[in-house]
Amino acid sequence: MWTVRVQVEDFDAGAEGERLQRVSPEVGAVVSFVGTVRGGEVRAMTLEHYPGMTEKSLEALVEEARRRWSLVAATVIHRVGRLMPGERIVFVGVASRHRSEAFAACEFLIDRLKTEAPFWKKEETNDSTRWVEAKEGDEARARRW
Amino acid sequence: MAVRVLYFAALRDALPLAEEAVSLPAGVETMAALRAWLGARGEAWAPLVTWKTLRCARNQTLCAWDEPVRDGDEVAFFPPVTGG
Repeated sequence: MWTVRVQVEDFDAGAEGERLQRVSPEVGAVVSFVGTVRGGEVRAMTLEHYPGMTEKSLEALVEEARRRWSLVAATVIHRVGRLMPGERIVFVGVASRHRSEAFAACEFLIDRLKTEAPFWKKEETNDSTRWVEAKEGDEARARRW
Repeated sequence: MAVRVLYFAALRDALPLAEEAVSLPAGVETMAALRAWLGARGEAWAPLVTWKTLRCARNQTLCAWDEPVRDGDEVAFFPPVTGG
């Protein structure tokens, strides 16, 4: 029902959504978010994390979402390692009885994940490699919750 | 008091080590004091002091700079996170 995974390998977003939909006959709504590596200048992106703390912080966010909304199930999957443009980075899926809880909890989970879970992105372009800077907009979005 | 210290991402790249075990002198009792003490060990460690947006965690949970440090803790310093 409550799944958190940090992994190198890709995930099947469709299958994860399907599983949330079928987890219980109570489910009436599934909302999911998939984050991918944007192309353009960026040739590749490497995601570093803090093993142990990463899982702990994602589990704490799922716990908080369960306290705030009436949910039936949730899945958070985050990839680490070197990813190419177009590749999936993160999946957040929430199942609930009604849509409003699923929408809110899904947005809460990704907003807070972006400012609290210990992942760091390093971007490679044709001529340089640089660590991505945190965005004030992301902080503001996370503070809304 | 002995603690394990971890550094991540751009901060780690700016320091001599990714991870270390240190014995703290008396008086170093908070995350802020630990940061200052670690950063005062010479030029190579100065980024710990000068880094403007540093975050910290104690025993794998984000914490404030006035958080107490205890014997056996695992503490970490890192730039703001950028996952998702």
